[in-house]
Amino acid sequence: MFTWDKNWEVVIGLEVHTQLQTQSKIFSGSSTAYGAEPNTQASAVDIALPGVLPVMNLEAARLAVKFGLAIGAHINQRNVFARKNYFYPDLPKGYQISQMELPIVGLGKLDIETEEGTKEIGITRAHLEEDAGKSLHEDFHGQTGIDLNRAGTPLLEIVSEPDMRSPAEAVAYLRKLHSLVRYIEICDGNMQEGSFRCDANVSVRPRGQQELGTRTELKNINSFRFVERAIEFEIERQIDILEDGGSIVQETRLYDADKHETRSMRSKEEAHDYRYFPDPDLPPMILEDSFLDEVRATLPELPTQKRQRFIDELGLSESDANVLTAEREVADFFEAAANATKAETKLVANWMTGELFANLNKSELSIDESPISSAQLATLLDRIADKTLSGNTAKKVFTGLWEQEGEVDEIIEAKGLKQITDTGAIEAIVDEVIANCSEQVEQYKGGNEKVIGFLVGQVMQKSKGKANPQMANQMLKEKLDA
Amino acid sequence: MTITTLAQLSADLDSGKISSVELTQHYIDRVDNSNHNAFISINKEQALAQAKAADDKRASGEASSLLGVPVAQKDIFCIKGTQTTCGSKILENFTAPYTATVVENMHQHGVVSLGKTNMDEFAMGSSNETSYFGNVINPWSSSTSDTTALVPGGSSGGSAAAVAAQLAPAATGTDTGGSIRQPAAFCNLTGIKPSYGRCSRYGMIAFASSLDQAGPMTHTAEDAALLLNTMAGFDAKDSTSLDVPAEDFSAQLGDSLEGLKIGLPKEYFGDGLDADIAELVENAIKEYEKLGATVKEISLPNSELALPSYYVIAPAEASSNLSRFDGVRYGMRTEQYSDLVDMYTKTRTEGFGDEVKRRIMIGAYALSSGYYDAYYAQAQKLRRLISNDFTAAFKECDVILGPTTPSPAFAAGSRTDDPVSMYLNDIYTIPVNLAGLPAASIPAGFTKAGLPAGLHLITPYLQEAKLLNIAHQYQQATDWHTQAPQSVSNGGQA
Amino acid sequence: MALDNKTVQDIARLARLSVSDQQAEKYRGELSNILDLVAQMEAVDTSDVEPMTHPFDATLRMRPDAVTESNQREEFQAAAPNAESGLYLVPKVID
Repeated sequence: MFTWDKNWEVVIGLEVHTQLQTQSKIFSGSSTAYGAEPNTQASAVDIALPGVLPVMNLEAARLAVKFGLAIGAHINQRNVFARKNYFYPDLPKGYQISQMELPIVGLGKLDIETEEGTKEIGITRAHLEEDAGKSLHEDFHGQTGIDLNRAGTPLLEIVSEPDMRSPAEAVAYLRKLHSLVRYIEICDGNMQEGSFRCDANVSVRPRGQQELGTRTELKNINSFRFVERAIEFEIERQIDILEDGGSIVQETRLYDADKHETRSMRSKEEAHDYRYFPDPDLPPMILEDSFLDEVRATLPELPTQKRQRFIDELGLSESDANVLTAEREVADFFEAAANATKAETKLVANWMTGELFANLNKSELSIDESPISSAQLATLLDRIADKTLSGNTAKKVFTGLWEQEGEVDEIIEAKGLKQITDTGAIEAIVDEVIANCSEQVEQYKGGNEKVIGFLVGQVMQKSKGKANPQMANQMLKEKLDA
Repeated sequence: MTITTLAQLSADLDSGKISSVELTQHYIDRVDNSNHNAFISINKEQALAQAKAADDKRASGEASSLLGVPVAQKDIFCIKGTQTTCGSKILENFTAPYTATVVENMHQHGVVSLGKTNMDEFAMGSSNETSYFGNVINPWSSSTSDTTALVPGGSSGGSAAAVAAQLAPAATGTDTGGSIRQPAAFCNLTGIKPSYGRCSRYGMIAFASSLDQAGPMTHTAEDAALLLNTMAGFDAKDSTSLDVPAEDFSAQLGDSLEGLKIGLPKEYFGDGLDADIAELVENAIKEYEKLGATVKEISLPNSELALPSYYVIAPAEASSNLSRFDGVRYGMRTEQYSDLVDMYTKTRTEGFGDEVKRRIMIGAYALSSGYYDAYYAQAQKLRRLISNDFTAAFKECDVILGPTTPSPAFAAGSRTDDPVSMYLNDIYTIPVNLAGLPAASIPAGFTKAGLPAGLHLITPYLQEAKLLNIAHQYQQATDWHTQAPQSVSNGGQA
Repeated sequence: MALDNKTVQDIARLARLSVSDQQAEKYRGELSNILDLVAQMEAVDTSDVEPMTHPFDATLRMRPDAVTESNQREEFQAAAPNAESGLYLVPKVID
């Protein structure tokens, strides 16, 4: 666990770029599909041929509004696209169409769970903009190659308030946001492919000081782990400098995961003057109340609402509810299994957070890739509920399901795991054990009640695990206490 | 009558008196034998192929009024497979891979694109002297006693010269601050700047996006209506295109002007207006009174703010629009460079001419941090005041009338050293672009030196059909528009 | 209003234009003249005027989310000063 000198207070704000899940680009009809051959999804508009013009994608506006509604934010029903002017080879027009003074989403908030409880993180704004292309630095005779397939992919840039006070909080916020955008299906959240990217603004100040310290902006931190580690490194670097009497330079720093360090990006040092102005090619976007209502109607149950319902209505513990609502797919799996089984909800939660997650983690699979379906898990738990299986035999069936050996009942049949609940059959085994284990029987009668466990174990062994252990236990006690 | 109109050519094609191929070849030959430098390029093969296709269509019974009529295109429009330079070195070797909507619409109507006309670089200029491809000679030059070459006006100077010299029966132009109307005035033509949004801007290389508008340059208002019919229309590819029902701009030609209320803005008749032009405009007013119109003085009190407002808004938008010319994806790239910034800087410094660089600099300055509110935002506010002036004025009149330019065509080289005096050419035309209104310049007669003067007509938004009839009725009563320069009667040599 | 040469050079750099000292002097004069023209604007009280960003205060029209473009790389890159393996090549970009 990362710690730092608590005389220093850490202040973190995050800027998250989420690629919106549209079929086509924000201002052109090119596909946004990932992984195509370079520049094959770069239309006349995307490569900024002379004379071309942007036309806004309605779906991008809809997804942005969906996000705004999900965080209870103010929606600017009149919002404006502006040009951000700078030269860069992956920016074909020499300006990026973005939003400045009037973003589509205004002030909102997101609650995160911290060790000290729930904490509210302010979201300053979220604005629509177009993504840039990619610079490929492989060697083309000492030159850089430009691929504009990504240019024009719709982005929602979500800017937080500087409300986070530790790397752990920053990660908690980022995970919460990641979960939310996937819940509401506006972004696929794929960090490897760059669908969900994060920049962090980090500063430190002596505890108690009102004024913010000079901040640095960290880039290239595109996994939860890198975000945490990069911020940790940066906090230490800044504290070291300040404690040595130095001062922090406001700059952009790149995180190098291999070396675990941040370094200054000199090429971005040049004083920027983006010369924002309203884009004359795009009149103001006006969103009617009816449009907002329409989008609101498409909002699914949000993670916080779901978490509360799991606690209140399904009787889950807070920690189970947290785990089971962190991702929409997990929550959906859980609800499907819980609805399909006669077993208690608590048992479903236990099996998911226990066996299922352990196996998924070990195999590095997501819930969507689970070899066991929610229906299969439900049937398995039904067999525990109807006493066909014991906890132990159920684990064997679970393994069989994981290995795709068949359906629950087929596996029980094939492996002969059906629990013996016939009193006569168990009584016969119990009698045999009492006869064979006279030493332990004497100890029990002498007052060592713990030895009953050994005797139950013997019954289970003789029944090849199929005897109902509760019945065996009860029957042994009845006979020995008599 | 020494001019050839689209209406006539249409009839001749219809009757079989001439074929489109013959007509197109005729104009190609005239261009080849002219020395006005009105064209930057001609794609003869493409033009003749279009003409052939038009002839085939006519043979198979299809007919629309301009089917097979050749029209010159300002080199600001992208036409697939043709060199498209916008008058700039930076695009000297650029062949457009797509066609502008306006041109596409014209082609749909069977119009033949004759060639690409010369223009001020990126449409920035009022004399065609900023073109990388050289000055254009105003065909009216030799009509004067003075032997100095006169400018044709700009930025659509090549289009104006081409039509005036009868190298094409009509041409397209674009108008950001007067670039159709001022050259039309200088070359004795009818030029229409439609309402902003009437003609799609898609494929028209942007100068100032909130002001640019394409329009026809013809001999007569009747022709302008015919050509505008083929150019205009809603375009989903332009977010500023007007989604209004298609309209026949010829529909009102022939309506009486009885009772028409003409407003004369006092601000357009003040100091700086050439005395000859003032007199010609007075004569035109009398002519309109004869046609049944009444006249009253009106005021556009914020007119003097139009020029400063324009000289912030247009360069600001241009500085951003021209950032895409960076030597990466198309166009010129400098030969020698040490790194990326050097490549950008040298490409743009070598590729752009002085006027373009000057306006990029003004625009970048006006938008730079600390100045946005004082310049760009303030200019946009003044723009509203100017627009409000027109709204108020049109409560009192149906059309606003005045001179198109304060002075007639001037000698080449006489104003190039003083940008501000050059900009003053556009004081009457600029307010119209700021307000987005439709306006026309039509021939109003000749100064004592024999130079054409333009009459400027402005109507409320979307009233092009009415505007064209107001121009048409005047042309029914006068013959200024039928006058051709001496050089044209002498066989096309300037 | 007068501009200094340094400001002229700063603007030129922003716009990726190279201006020699001699040219800067010329630009300085020309830009200053134009800015004088512009200075007329400052005299007008516009405190309760909404900026007009579009001639008719139009609102944004949006298109349905559909892929309508196909690959035109070869055609487009025929116009490129330097392209290889489907990429536009530029002098090395250093981050």
